[in-house]
Amino acid sequence: MKELMIILFSAILVENFVLNKFMGICPFLGVSKKMSSALGMSAAVTFVMLMATALTYPIYKLLLEPFSLDYLRVVVFILIIALFVQLTEIIIKRFVPPLYHSLGVYLPLITTNCAVLGVTILNIDNTYTFAQSMFNSLGAGVGFALALVIFAGVRERVDAADLPKAFKGIPATLIAASIVSLSFVGFSGIVEGIFK
Amino acid sequence: MSYLKTFTKGIIKENPVLVMLLGTCPTLAVTTLAVNGLGMGLATTFVLVCSNIVISLLKNVIPKEVRLPSFIVIIAGFVTFVSFMLQSYLPDLYSALGVFLSLITVNCIILGRAEMFASKNNVVASALDGLGMGVGFTFALLCIGIIRELLGSGSFFGISLGDWFEPIGFFAQSAGGFFVFGVVIAVVNVISHYKISKKKIGCANCPNAAACGAKEEGAEA
Repeated sequence: MKELMIILFSAILVENFVLNKFMGICPFLGVSKKMSSALGMSAAVTFVMLMATALTYPIYKLLLEPFSLDYLRVVVFILIIALFVQLTEIIIKRFVPPLYHSLGVYLPLITTNCAVLGVTILNIDNTYTFAQSMFNSLGAGVGFALALVIFAGVRERVDAADLPKAFKGIPATLIAASIVSLSFVGFSGIVEGIFK
Repeated sequence: MSYLKTFTKGIIKENPVLVMLLGTCPTLAVTTLAVNGLGMGLATTFVLVCSNIVISLLKNVIPKEVRLPSFIVIIAGFVTFVSFMLQSYLPDLYSALGVFLSLITVNCIILGRAEMFASKNNVVASALDGLGMGVGFTFALLCIGIIRELLGSGSFFGISLGDWFEPIGFFAQSAGGFFVFGVVIAVVNVISHYKISKKKIGCANCPNAAACGAKEEGAEA
């Protein structure tokens, strides 16, 4: 259990997917303008990450590895993710329209979110067990949400600031992201300290 | 559009990283050393050219409804090929790029070019478009890589500058990546007469946004 907690909190704070591993930068910069869309996007990403791990891990361990087809994992994983995302979109659109309007609109963009494919591949690369993989994916999703929500708050102020003309807009956003990322460096080592 | 223009637009006018702001994840992640940026750029260029050629050849065969999954599978195939080649011939680069080599699959530049260009144009134009975009991407990664390596590690392509320069660790960290990228975009902004400031960052810039929107409308109609 302690080990699982270490994996979870490392993924959230220390090895934050967005600010430390640079995965999912496009939605991080694109959807962080409004708090409500930041929350919707994060919830959708966390859900897809967990389900993608739950689907790809058994397929890798039961099908690809025993038949030494592990070189096909990128092709297989991305297909599973694409199919799952499309299926979820169709299902919630048909049966839960309110959920579709708050979360579903972000789903098509998630297939090409590198954080989702990244987390499934990293779980295999780090030789995690199934439980460890699920906790790592949960941590990645929560970390993504944390980064997105913090940054949505920062951005509202950056956009209102009076900046040199050259830095207005995207450059200022990136430099604000740099400062937020720097603050997360402060968490390095904290997880091992807490669960010692 | 002439073939020469098709090739050169990706390098300067529509540079995928510096002007279109696509493919930001690899741009930030692998540019701690100039040589990694160059390797990532060349690997992506290879995948981009090959997938553009294949998709352009198959554009009349692939049904419209399943084109995005089909494109992704073609791209993933070439990515697997590239990672095999790097693993056997350049193992150092292979381990330096790590998971980002597999993540070339979801680089939105490649899917974007497939959707916006290769699926509508002939083979020669698609190959040149891929090559131009790839060179533009490599150029941007190389620039950022050189800046970050000079300041963060005090070296140039692995050659140390000497003891007089104390490396600034900040630039080798992830925060430094965002910072350098921001400053480079600001410089491009000045050169291009503030064209970028007027742009909105995010989904509107993503080449797949159009595909998403179109899909939405198609499904509801």
